[in-house]
Amino acid sequence: MLAVQVLINALVLGCLYACIAIGFSLVWGVLNVINLIHGSMIVLGAYLAWGLYQAFGVPPWYVLVAAAPAFFVLGYGIQRLILNRVITAPVLVTLTLTFGLDLILNNAMIYLFKADYRKLTLVPPMGSISVMGVVVPVDRLIATAAALVLTGLLYLIMRRSRIGRAIVAVRLDRDAAVLMGVNISNIYAIAFGLGAALAGCAGVLMAMIFPISALTASTYLGKAFVVCVLGGLGSVSGALAGGLLLALIEGVGATFIGPAHATTLSFALLIVFLIVRPQGLVGRKGFE
Amino acid sequence: MKRAHLALLALVLCLAALPVFGGSYALRLGTMAGLYAVLALSWTIVGGFAGYPSFATAAFFGFGAYATGILLGLGVPFVVSVALTAVAAFALAGLLGAVLLRLRGHYFAIASLSLVEVFRELVNNATDLTGGGMGLNIPLAAGTGVLQEAIFFFYAMWGLLLLTALMAIVVASSKLGFGLACIRQNETASNMIGLNTTLYKSLAFGLSACSVGAAGGIYAAWVHYIDPSDVFDILYSVKPIVMALIGGLGSPLGALVGAFVYLGLEETVWRNFIQFHSGLLGVLVVMLLLFLPHGMLSFSSVVRLPWRRLKHV
Repeated sequence: MLAVQVLINALVLGCLYACIAIGFSLVWGVLNVINLIHGSMIVLGAYLAWGLYQAFGVPPWYVLVAAAPAFFVLGYGIQRLILNRVITAPVLVTLTLTFGLDLILNNAMIYLFKADYRKLTLVPPMGSISVMGVVVPVDRLIATAAALVLTGLLYLIMRRSRIGRAIVAVRLDRDAAVLMGVNISNIYAIAFGLGAALAGCAGVLMAMIFPISALTASTYLGKAFVVCVLGGLGSVSGALAGGLLLALIEGVGATFIGPAHATTLSFALLIVFLIVRPQGLVGRKGFE
Repeated sequence: MKRAHLALLALVLCLAALPVFGGSYALRLGTMAGLYAVLALSWTIVGGFAGYPSFATAAFFGFGAYATGILLGLGVPFVVSVALTAVAAFALAGLLGAVLLRLRGHYFAIASLSLVEVFRELVNNATDLTGGGMGLNIPLAAGTGVLQEAIFFFYAMWGLLLLTALMAIVVASSKLGFGLACIRQNETASNMIGLNTTLYKSLAFGLSACSVGAAGGIYAAWVHYIDPSDVFDILYSVKPIVMALIGGLGSPLGALVGAFVYLGLEETVWRNFIQFHSGLLGVLVVMLLLFLPHGMLSFSSVVRLPWRRLKHV
């Protein structure tokens, strides 16, 4: 029964990890920018959900509808006004720039909300489902379902919409896309906006399950890194595969080796993967 | 030895004398300046000479702090502890570098960044040896006063800075430095014409970690108490990069000047905006990258600058 429980937990957590990583993967894959603000944006989304619930009693799943456009605008603005200026600069510059932006956002959140951990407690509690000794909390199930819906939505946008096809085109061959009349800086800003929107939505879902604090931003960022490298860059299926694999390894590691070594295990795995298979499980050709 | 190298050495020697005339605050600030300068110079060897965006500085800083801390706790003399730490950091980084430096660009940046996380977790979990999250107390040297000790650590740090500057000069003017410049410009081509790129990169990574580790060791002995979240702070990886960007990438003199300018800015911000200091640091980083382009553009050979000569050391 323990094995089944570990598997179910990994499945639930894996979908959430995929949701955390997918926007990060999109930005990295399309813009070739490692977006270090991603973790702080997730936390900002969580604070949004927490604040709206405390003040007006809005349940988190309704907050998603407001968070997505708000974060899209935020991300679009950051890309248009700041990042686009240095987009062609070496790796070190874009990386350091997003780190600087992250310092600002993170410090602002610590300043506003203090470093205390907060928890969004749903009243009345949702309870949990128990089937033959395997227990799954209902709020986790809802969050997982929402994460899957968000991931599917991004997949549809990439496959079906005009803008999605343009993003894929830029990802595959930037110069050819320019020749076909694609406005590069606009597409970059939209891709970054989508990444930010997904980060915000992921944050709203995280608020339902985990305690909220600006200090957890780096943990989320670390998870996004590992999932991206495991699954492969810039692909929806890659993020899902990577998320599930990471959750499974963390779950098995925590159960059989001890929870203290879960992070070491996942980072060791990251380094092994970087060296042995840098293209990830699914490969990194195109954003599909 | 070039003029820029002489200027570098002269600057180190002149500034080393300054805080002796000041009070204890000047001594503390002077020691921090030495520490920052060592980190920035060491980073330049990997990030500037070879062009690899390394975020591993914090990993070796923390490693050095813990290695020296543990050795001092066992009763090993200070100088021996720091020397052993430097050798261990060199060996460890050389071995890790041989593996990690196969990655390039973003992938290397992430791998070096995750090295910090792995080291921190390992130290956190090795409670018997390191005290885990409780931190590690490092014994005080018996019989000296507070001021004597401050002066001692100031000179220890500046001695290390002198050694690091000499190392950077030797590397820059040797075959190793030339090889690293080749790797920065075109690694594949350098490899094809028979340059052992793996060996060169690992040596550079090892040398860089060696002085960073020693700096961590002196820092640990200086502050007497370390814990994992303090010495494995990712900011120790980022600050040297910002300093090098301020001063101009790839130039040892630039790294040194950048370190002092950065410390000045940081100290001003700390004193006046304690609540929001890391946010203002972020603003500074963003402004620097957007509006002070020589730092970031000196990577490319398109722009001509008066100090560009220094880049190809």
